Amino acid sequence: MFKKIMALVAVGVLATACGSGGDTTAEGGAPAASGGGDSTITMGFAQVGAESGWRTANTKSVQESAKAAGIDLKFSDAQQKQENQIKAIRSYIQQKVDVIAFSPVVESGWDTVLQEAKAANIPVILTDRAVDSADTTLYKTFLGSDFVEEGKKAGQWLVEQYASETGDVNIVELQGTTGSAPANDRKAGFGEVIGADPKFKVIASQSGDFTRAKGKEVMDAFLKANPDIDVLYAHNDDMGLGAIEAIEGAGKVPGKDIKIITVDAVKDGMQALADGKINYIVECSPLLGPQLMDLAKKVLAGETVPTRVVTEETTFTQEQAKQALPSRQY
Amino acid sequence: MKRLAWPAGILAALLLVNLIFTDHFFQIEIKEGHLYGSLIDIFRFGAPLILVALGMTLVIATKGIDLSVGSVVAISGAMACLQISTLPSQDSIGGVLGAIGVALALAVALGVGNGFLVAIVGIQPIIATLILMVAGRGLAQLITDGQIITINSDPYKLIGGGYWLTLPFGIIIVAVVLALIAFVTRRLALGLLIESVGGNAEASRLSGIRSHGLLIVVYAFCALCAGIAGLMISSNVSSADGNNAGLWIELDAILAVVIGGTSLAGGRFSLGGTVLGALIIQTLTTTIYSIGVPPETTLLFKALVVTIVCLLQSPAFRAKVFRSRRKPAPPTVPAGEKVTVRT
Repeated sequence: MFKKIMALVAVGVLATACGSGGDTTAEGGAPAASGGGDSTITMGFAQVGAESGWRTANTKSVQESAKAAGIDLKFSDAQQKQENQIKAIRSYIQQKVDVIAFSPVVESGWDTVLQEAKAANIPVILTDRAVDSADTTLYKTFLGSDFVEEGKKAGQWLVEQYASETGDVNIVELQGTTGSAPANDRKAGFGEVIGADPKFKVIASQSGDFTRAKGKEVMDAFLKANPDIDVLYAHNDDMGLGAIEAIEGAGKVPGKDIKIITVDAVKDGMQALADGKINYIVECSPLLGPQLMDLAKKVLAGETVPTRVVTEETTFTQEQAKQALPSRQY
Repeated sequence: MKRLAWPAGILAALLLVNLIFTDHFFQIEIKEGHLYGSLIDIFRFGAPLILVALGMTLVIATKGIDLSVGSVVAISGAMACLQISTLPSQDSIGGVLGAIGVALALAVALGVGNGFLVAIVGIQPIIATLILMVAGRGLAQLITDGQIITINSDPYKLIGGGYWLTLPFGIIIVAVVLALIAFVTRRLALGLLIESVGGNAEASRLSGIRSHGLLIVVYAFCALCAGIAGLMISSNVSSADGNNAGLWIELDAILAVVIGGTSLAGGRFSLGGTVLGALIIQTLTTTIYSIGVPPETTLLFKALVVTIVCLLQSPAFRAKVFRSRRKPAPPTVPAGEKVTVRT
């Protein structure tokens, strides 16, 4: 209680300071509406780890946008272990941060620690990945990509490209890690869109574990078993990059003989897109920092936020990739 | 040679399945100036596994086991790619050779560390190498900074993705390493010494064999094989992935060794069996992709095949089954097989 009073006093002092200065009108608006005070927000963020370029970009985005929004960020790296993440969240509760945000390593097993956060009156925001807890009051909102939507975007591009095609379109699919949410949903969304037209035929679909090495190995087998492949749909850029090598090894031209659609838009993938080896990439953006800070402010201001917020994402064609590539952060 | 009959038969059965279910499986053609076909793929993608399994065979012959090979694969690939990415010209052959040298030296050093823990400190091999298995992944990620390092180097590409005289270069490396191991273990006394250490380390030491030094050499050699495999895997996709490169390859390698007829109890080994075992695993993987087993059931399918393979490999199982089928089977079949140690 004492801390809250102190915080309010601090906000009051700051508000008067701003008022007397007479500038920063954009920033001045928010605290007036909230009364909670957002210039002294402390956020505890428990990251999954640093397992990929995507994740590193995600971390950087959160850190930079926290600084830009004037939020004091306490950051921890769980090294892909749930127990580390639970420890980090407990320590945030003890430090009495204003809001906790985290990307759950796995889906289950969060009820206890989230109850503790709720009991301490600290709102929780999930980022990037969901939890399967039955009690949805344990967190305020879930900010992340909609993998089904990503699959649909990939399918829609394909349908448009082959709108005038009358013969069969033979598609091979490189799935992500079997059973993972992105793999399941990207497959489902894609299948839903192309399923409307019987000319689209998925003639082979195997898991490439989201890695380049597996992507290449599986694509090599596809190429030998199926002489007529028109389109490759890979659930991430890395598998697509591996498959490109397999296609080149088979004496075919990736992007021309076989059209390639991938998801993610990491830098190496964008480079291949700009080089004409990939035809279309659906973005799965890790840059959700600004949206996260915005949500945190709204939650602390007592505003109601939707329980599901989808990351702002786009898609890239080859021309768009050439323009976007120089400023690509990850 | 009789011991190799079972693994060879299983491999033939797998190929037969492909002959029936997959079109063009046995078709080999020349494309872009090199051999191209499913059979070539099996050798190409199987080469790293064969190498790792060969190193593992010698370790298992000493009654040990090396769980760290997967991590060594990741470390060596990461180290080589990191070095190459800092070169002013990634196509300079000298620079690439230097990078390969550094990566392999690091792999050997890690292997010596394993051997030291096992031979001198006396830690159980499974625990001693478990340390590096866990820590090594972290080390690989430290080297790559948690990112995938992408390189664009033609000389490096040759190792795992290139061709020489129309043959995949990886196969040539495997053939050279296999010939080398076969020579020093079967033509020189080294194989006998390794088997004697595996049979009884203390008795061999008392009879004048330097078992400590021998163990360290064997673990270092196993790590060297894993290091070369790591170069192949990263070279094949021109990138180093500290997180996923060589993940679980230690288990595939152990399986290959066991399918090949080498006993986990140590004391004897079969190089030809290991090569066949690794080829069986890779053929199985390629078969799954070719005939289109759904990814959800892939693991079950693999497990079924491996179970059948292991049952057929078991003399006790064979004796039982064949005794019930043909009455006059001699009851001493399993014992008789064990006596014929050398092939």
